[in-house]
Amino acid sequence: MLKQCEGSIAIAEAVALCRPEVICAYPITPQTHIVEGLGLLVKSGKLSNCEYINVESEFAAMSVAIGASACGARAYTATASQGILYMAEAVYNASGLGLPIVMTVGNRSIGAPINIWNDHTDSMALRDAGWIQLFAENNQEATDLHIQAFKLAEELSVPVMVCVDGFILTHAYERVDVPEQSKVDAFLPPYEPRQVVDPDEPVTIGAMVGPEAFMEVRYLAHHKQMQALERIPQLAEEFRRVFGRASGGLLHTYHTEDAETVIVALGSVNGTIKDVIDQMRAEGVKIGSVSLCSFRPFPTAALHAAIGHAKRVVTIEKSLSVGIGGNVSHNLRMALQGRDTKVSTVIAGLGGRAITQTSLRKVFTRAIQDTLEPLSFMDLNTAVINRQLERERVTRRTGPAAEAILRDIGTMAARVS
Amino acid sequence: MTGASRVKFYQTGTFTVGNRLLDVSVRSVQSDADRNNSLNSGHRACQGCGEALGARYALDAAMRAVNGRLVVANATGCLEVFSTPYPESSWRVAWLHSLFANAAAVGTGMAAAMKVKGRKDVRVIAQGGDGGTVDIGFACLSGMFERDDDVLYICYDNEAYMNTGIQRSSATPAAARTMTTPAAGQEPGNVFGQGKNVPLIAMAHGIPYVATASVADLRDLEYKVGRAMAIHGARYLHVHVPCPLGWGCDTGDTLKVARLAAESGLFPIFEAEAGEVTGRRTIRRRVPVEDYLKMQSRFAHLFSPKRDERRIAMIQAIADRNIRRFGLLDKSEQGAHP
Ligand SMILES: Cc1ncc(C[n+]2csc(CCOP(=O)(O)OP(=O)(O)O)c2C)c(N)n1
Ligand code: SF4
Ligand SMILES: [Mg+2]
Repeated sequence: MLKQCEGSIAIAEAVALCRPEVICAYPITPQTHIVEGLGLLVKSGKLSNCEYINVESEFAAMSVAIGASACGARAYTATASQGILYMAEAVYNASGLGLPIVMTVGNRSIGAPINIWNDHTDSMALRDAGWIQLFAENNQEATDLHIQAFKLAEELSVPVMVCVDGFILTHAYERVDVPEQSKVDAFLPPYEPRQVVDPDEPVTIGAMVGPEAFMEVRYLAHHKQMQALERIPQLAEEFRRVFGRASGGLLHTYHTEDAETVIVALGSVNGTIKDVIDQMRAEGVKIGSVSLCSFRPFPTAALHAAIGHAKRVVTIEKSLSVGIGGNVSHNLRMALQGRDTKVSTVIAGLGGRAITQTSLRKVFTRAIQDTLEPLSFMDLNTAVINRQLERERVTRRTGPAAEAILRDIGTMAARVS
Repeated sequence: MTGASRVKFYQTGTFTVGNRLLDVSVRSVQSDADRNNSLNSGHRACQGCGEALGARYALDAAMRAVNGRLVVANATGCLEVFSTPYPESSWRVAWLHSLFANAAAVGTGMAAAMKVKGRKDVRVIAQGGDGGTVDIGFACLSGMFERDDDVLYICYDNEAYMNTGIQRSSATPAAARTMTTPAAGQEPGNVFGQGKNVPLIAMAHGIPYVATASVADLRDLEYKVGRAMAIHGARYLHVHVPCPLGWGCDTGDTLKVARLAAESGLFPIFEAEAGEVTGRRTIRRRVPVEDYLKMQSRFAHLFSPKRDERRIAMIQAIADRNIRRFGLLDKSEQGAHP
């Protein structure tokens, strides 16, 4: 049904349509409206046959999901930011045990300094945890990806994270087509676990595994993700047939066919990127973009097919791998092996800093002029940084850096006004 | 067993009632040829491991109480490691190990799954060592209690992190030597005035059933497990299980050490319902704490090179307080101890 609603509510309704049996809720901005939405659906009886558990932490949220999933129940939770780090150990455990839990991540930065706004640091911190990571470009896709996620997770016995930009998507009111129950039921069969803790067939799960077999078990996790590379596009196609719209898949291309310059990014920023590409295309610039929907597994071959011919690739990244630079570009280079494509990493939008069309256009223009550095930071206030570095050079007891920078910006702002 | 100790094939001084003399319905689960053998032989616990003994009795009693309709979540620790060296397993129950800190939460998830699947007959036990329960797993434990989830949590308390090589936990008693509270310095061993009483904290949650038990009285342990499984909601059982390796006692003395802990008053055995103490196992033959301490090399620094009268008296005071607090003394025993 078409409706104008908040992204979180559309997600909550999509999750409910998947008939989850156990939902674990622990609040963290910007995920709260999702679990609140689900809480209301359960409490009002609209979502029946579901245990909604108010847990005491994210670590417990994932642990309860592990126990439920291992006993054959369809389990769901949602988190963000500090929450995903707080549950990190259990996140790895869920994938190690092969439990098909689905989790929404309302992407948000990680402190210190504490900050509630959007970037991708949280999901990136857990990118190697063995979960499939799908990034939504808009709220329609966020809605649809959840339905695909349960099917993908359960087929492969691999947990799936659906990554949704905090505030930008979670709190945005958009027109969303929330599917009908009958169609979701047609698309998503009931959960049939591969392994189950059951007194009727008692097995031991979670035994100690030594060097003689650990490599093989880990390799199998990798193999599953390689299978997901095949299944993700197929599922998107099955989804299109049932629901009549394209959503999901490994990646989305935009004017890449003849593009000399290709921009690659995850999530909602692709909307802004496409707007800028439209403007530059109108001026005759051969530029296109790729929105990566699947970050884990990383779609190396599909990406190669989409950008292999380009002269240069620019990644717009909402996370910083401190000490090296880009997470996406780092991975992307695997897709460009044997090519001399120039790759530039642009770190942008950390902690919710707006990524504007103007700034993007400046960066793209410099890329085309081949003057863009291999690593750059969009709209970074270097004067502030230099003043802080100077303070640190002359004074030992400079105090906390974040506060010093805030004070500096405050005085500057005061002087300007 | 050290070279010096003698193996006896019978026990004396245990107040044990011959099982054969009892009515069939109340005979020990372990004495039943059809017992489940939940933790089967072949596991790799040390000789004389109290935890292995306690877990076997507890789970067999639970399996009997619920007709085999049981699933178990286990925390990381000795019990998990010695029972499941891949590809072997000693468990004859449906068993899942996830992490060190989350057994209670995994139990919650299991109970939720069984409820939503309409499998009301299947019951859940979560279990772990003292470290996995009273320290790192404490938040999950308290959450499970507070929500009154239908899980029996069993803590096997061997008073330290044994699996990692005997480090102090908040269940380690005062003066005990562990690798992180070494017998060195002015006040060797663990400091006084720390630690927490988790059975009392469990009671403060107002959950339907809390009990302590000891491998010193395995019949009582079986009874309490059976009692706990007859109740729904969050339940807690705290079992005292000597660890010969960590405590430095003879592997043949596990039960004796456990018994002295109870008979000295250092480990009070009681049960409580909805936050009120409803039963206690009274001391039959009270002993000074010294008898208990002397059997264990973790307390050796209290006795040599010279007796530490002050700290032995402080430990005695802890036992005396337990006895007063929980009313542990049998009337006939009042004043029997100096
Ligand atoms: C998060 C985490 N921290 C530390 C460990 C290391 N560790 C494994 S078992 C264990 C000790 C377990 O102690 P306890 O719970 O008392 O059980 P015991 O081995 O004494 O029976 C420790 C510290 C771990 N596995 N996970
Ligand atoms: S170290 Fe202690 S608890 Fe661990 S197996 Fe040996 S005796 Fe049992
Ligand atoms: Mg221990």
